[in-house]
Amino acid sequence: MTAVRDGSGSAGPGSTYRFTLNGEPREVAVPGMRRLLDVLREDLGLTGTKEGCGEGECGACTVIVDDLVVDSCLVPVCQVDGTVIRTVEGLSDAETQALNPLQQAFLERGGAQCGICTPGMLMAAQAYLDDGGPAEDEDIREAIAGNLCRCTGYTKIIDAIEAAALARDAAREGDGR
Amino acid sequence: MIEPPVVSPATLSEALALRSSGTYRPIAGGTDLMVQLAADVADPPEAVLDLSRVAELKGVSTDGYEVTIGALTTYTELRHSPVISARLQALAEAASTVGAAQIQNRGTIGGNICNASPAGDTLPVLLAVDAVFDVGSVRGERSVPAAEFWTSYRQTALADDELLLRIRFNVDRSRHTRFRKVGTRAAQAISKVVLALSYRSDGRAWSDVRVALGSVAAMPLRATATEAGLEGHWPGERVADEAARVLADEISPIDDVRSTADYRRSVSARVLHRLLREEGGW
Amino acid sequence: MSDTRKTQASAEGPVVLTPPAPGQAAAPTLGVAIPAPLRREGPHKLTGEAKYTDDLVFPGAWYGATIRSTEAHARFLGLEQDTDFDWSKVVIMMAKDIPGDNVVSIIMDDMPALATDEIEHVAQPVALLAAPDKATLREARKRITLRTEPLPPVFDPLDSDHQFAAYEITKGDPGSAFDEATLVVQGEYRVGHQEQLYIENQAMIAEPRPDGGVTITGSMQCPYYVHSALKRALGLSDEQAVITQAETGGGFGGKEDYPSVVAIHAALLAQRIGKPVRMIYDRHEDIASTTKRHPAIVRYRSGVSAGGRLVAQDIEVIMDGGAYCTLSPVVLSRGVLHAGGPYECPNVHIKGRSMATNTPPNSAFRGFGAPQVGFAHELQVARIAAELDISPAELRERWAYREGGTTPSGQVLHESVAALEVLREATEAADYDSVLQLSRQTRAIRWGQAAEAGAGYNSTRVRTASGIGIAMGWHGAGFTGRGEVMMASTAGVELGADGVIRLLIANTEIGQGTNTVMPMIVAEVLGVEPSEVELAPIDTSIVPNSGPTVASRTVMVVGGLVSKAAARLRALVEERSGGIFADVYRADAAAHGATRIDQQYESEVEVEFDDETHTGDAYPAFGWACAVARVEVDLDTGEVRVRSVVSADDVGRVIHPLLAEGQVEGGTLQAVGYGTIEEMKLEEGRYLNDRLSTYIIPTSMDAPDIKAILVEAPFSGSPHGAKGVGELPMNVAAPAIVDAIHDAVGVWITELPATSEKVLAALEAQA
Repeated sequence: MTAVRDGSGSAGPGSTYRFTLNGEPREVAVPGMRRLLDVLREDLGLTGTKEGCGEGECGACTVIVDDLVVDSCLVPVCQVDGTVIRTVEGLSDAETQALNPLQQAFLERGGAQCGICTPGMLMAAQAYLDDGGPAEDEDIREAIAGNLCRCTGYTKIIDAIEAAALARDAAREGDGR
Repeated sequence: MIEPPVVSPATLSEALALRSSGTYRPIAGGTDLMVQLAADVADPPEAVLDLSRVAELKGVSTDGYEVTIGALTTYTELRHSPVISARLQALAEAASTVGAAQIQNRGTIGGNICNASPAGDTLPVLLAVDAVFDVGSVRGERSVPAAEFWTSYRQTALADDELLLRIRFNVDRSRHTRFRKVGTRAAQAISKVVLALSYRSDGRAWSDVRVALGSVAAMPLRATATEAGLEGHWPGERVADEAARVLADEISPIDDVRSTADYRRSVSARVLHRLLREEGGW
Repeated sequence: MSDTRKTQASAEGPVVLTPPAPGQAAAPTLGVAIPAPLRREGPHKLTGEAKYTDDLVFPGAWYGATIRSTEAHARFLGLEQDTDFDWSKVVIMMAKDIPGDNVVSIIMDDMPALATDEIEHVAQPVALLAAPDKATLREARKRITLRTEPLPPVFDPLDSDHQFAAYEITKGDPGSAFDEATLVVQGEYRVGHQEQLYIENQAMIAEPRPDGGVTITGSMQCPYYVHSALKRALGLSDEQAVITQAETGGGFGGKEDYPSVVAIHAALLAQRIGKPVRMIYDRHEDIASTTKRHPAIVRYRSGVSAGGRLVAQDIEVIMDGGAYCTLSPVVLSRGVLHAGGPYECPNVHIKGRSMATNTPPNSAFRGFGAPQVGFAHELQVARIAAELDISPAELRERWAYREGGTTPSGQVLHESVAALEVLREATEAADYDSVLQLSRQTRAIRWGQAAEAGAGYNSTRVRTASGIGIAMGWHGAGFTGRGEVMMASTAGVELGADGVIRLLIANTEIGQGTNTVMPMIVAEVLGVEPSEVELAPIDTSIVPNSGPTVASRTVMVVGGLVSKAAARLRALVEERSGGIFADVYRADAAAHGATRIDQQYESEVEVEFDDETHTGDAYPAFGWACAVARVEVDLDTGEVRVRSVVSADDVGRVIHPLLAEGQVEGGTLQAVGYGTIEEMKLEEGRYLNDRLSTYIIPTSMDAPDIKAILVEAPFSGSPHGAKGVGELPMNVAAPAIVDAIHDAVGVWITELPATSEKVLAALEAQA
């Protein structure tokens, strides 16, 4: 197999990179070192993912790539070729726009104030829940340690994630799992 | 944002061939390089060599004696590796103190090593277990002991055409390794002081003692005078007091944006003393 | 998890609590008895649909950048542009290109929008640059240098001879009182800069208008401040300057006046180029150049009588305003008025001054002067309690204001005094008395261990020491003195021709809940559901100037205006259409067209406050707070882990329990950061901690368990009794933590933040 050369620089538009985004196959032809954050926000018009620092400290740009949370400001698009990516836009129901259980928990428990950290925070929380993270304060705090919030003191964010974890467990029990 | 051209080879031989041209700056997980590109302070690289598809650089394995870690192993993978848990928990601990989940999922041990930050969190652990780094180029492979790898501030022993391939170390049951990082906060923290202590014990005295530190010099280093003072002794209170004093004397940390020389000196000694007390059981 | 003891977040709505006291003021005429709705714009924020400034697309927009000084004080001689660049691709603007007044209008006209011949601080805007794409902009920036001649800088406010403001308050006769005091405790306390660190950086997009004006869309707290500033700098009329607020990701005061700078810059470029211009700061630029909390030096003398009464206070407050005035006089004013603390004292002398230095200007940040003096007054009380060997809570109970007390400015606190209530609530919830007692029993041993740990490389067997601390604070609600009278805000309620009820206010949602709470207030008056009350867009061409979103005034003051407007609207519609408003308003709109009622601020009573002497009624009412903090100090490293903070806050009336708790929790964590890890170092007038990797705010793993307790001591002067909640919590957690550190290890940290370096140095100094 030969190297994928992105052909960017003075002449080329870049290479074509393909990935699944919120369940849909997408492709972009951009320079390979373009930040995934910029691909999402500018090339694909999905502005839900935010830039807070550009240096991987604040987590506002958090997305899920192959089930793992990453700071999209630090990921060049050439490295997500062939991956499965989820952003905040993929959390709510595609047709009805209904909030998913985690989003609903945030809404009911005051987990969002100014909202700028919220998309990244939701992705970190969703990945934690999907991975079976328990409804435990310490574990939740560790899961969102890469997401800075300046408004909430984290208190209600943790409340919301805990509630969502308990609801998830209850639903599983209900399913007989 | 700067977007230099990038090539993403699928095999190690391709990667080495590209690297040999001298114009490519390697990227592993991107958690260092992307920050540097964003800061736009120095001349950007002409081109970038994306190593992320090179399968030969991944994976943790052991032959029962020696542990081999591929350079592209992420911090998360180190934390979850049963081999690392069994053989060098201190390395998993160090990995767990790097950034937070987002950084751990992407950052690699190879990147930590080659970025050569004096504050690199895994580096003292690698020094403390006499890790060996296998590096390769089109000219072939060679091995560099960790103690010889970081040559000056952010400089390594890698030639311009070389890539770090894997990290190897042996730790048998009689070797114990401890790790402590003092950071700027509880998570997403760069270290003010980071220390690894490793020793072999027969129950009566310690041997092959290693004391390695980061953030107290231009490179991660071994405190050889401190090690010599501990060698052959059981770390009772007097030995620990003396070792702490020697360590404080041996290092020359600086004031910087994160902390002060006085603090680093004092805390290095105290942290060592605490670890010696805990390991010495008094 | 928070626990709203005094109000229930139930379907029945908040329960009113009035503190038990005789001679109670009349209950508010309009309580709030409707269920608290979910955050109005919550779903938008949760789905990623909410559009912050940088999310907005303006086709054909150029990108703007600010060329800034790298020196603290210099003569500016000119701009150098490298010859090997095609300058025809970009636009450069300098001071001479400013069509209006080269000033960022706020209080004084001392700050230029772009430097003329003198540079007064690092990162001062000197020129503007715009290009059609980011790559060209980035290249051009690198090819511009400034030609300067250095001038001697002043970095210490104590060395400065340029004063922005000074105030002096005297009550009673402190001189004589000190002579009679049996205990005098004296101290000097210092607090450093604090960066607001809103997670959304400063951002403005300017679009030229056909009428020669500019439309601004951006991140801001105060659209009319921006409006005023833009008119001045570009020479525009009211109609030509149109300011709209986009969804804003946090402000905390950092987006009170600084947005005017960004807006002016973007507008200048947009007007010149004839295209929209995006001026979006990155984090590094934002930290390096925007306004911060004023550092302060507070010198404090307290005199205590033989009977343990507080009889004299002599306080000097020196604030570092940075290079330009901005809001320094108002911050100083609040600092001076609060410096005595929430304690009755018959003889008080407070003198304050705000001085210029060659550092970036400082301005508003939540608390606005009160957190700075709060640290000082609480450490004084803590040290006095230690001297007298009495419980810090008990001492505060003795000294705290009661109803009828008199403040240093001579204001009699006629009502709404809840100092004792918040003290009781916080200490009960935190089990303060028992924990303190246990802590004191082991204090000698613990302090001995801490001293031993400090003495040398020896560690002790015990690795950490725990402590409990307490602090109280107060916060004058709304603007100081005649500020509200002078502002003469106007807010409106409109029944549109389309039958939709709209709230016409310029007060912004910045996360605190304006968009949810204000419709509740109006809905209750009109007798409709909050969902039936829309908010008009925050656009200066649509909404009147209801004043800035600062000083915790939105609910108390603007809520009062819209309540009155709504009451008038309701009366009018009910009279004219017959029937209950809720039933007839749509028909009324169809029959009569739009009806808009504006209500301008009029003070119910004559506000008697003399700005010059700072005597009289400084604030309509005060909010009261008490925090209890528990910490763990690592004896090897000096690291302070804040395990929990209980914060009891009297907000007058809780309109929305969840949102109010959110303000207490968020303010508490900012105060925790202020007290422990948010250190801003400077070198030659330049911020060293100018990235998110070096300016350290608390992560979820640093954050303590925070318990917010909302207390209500309603104020009769606001229709629903509310006194504001945004800032009060900021004033108490930091000194509570420092008190807890003392309980843990026996050292007083008199300079904030109480970093691990300072704690360890204090332990080592004991030896």
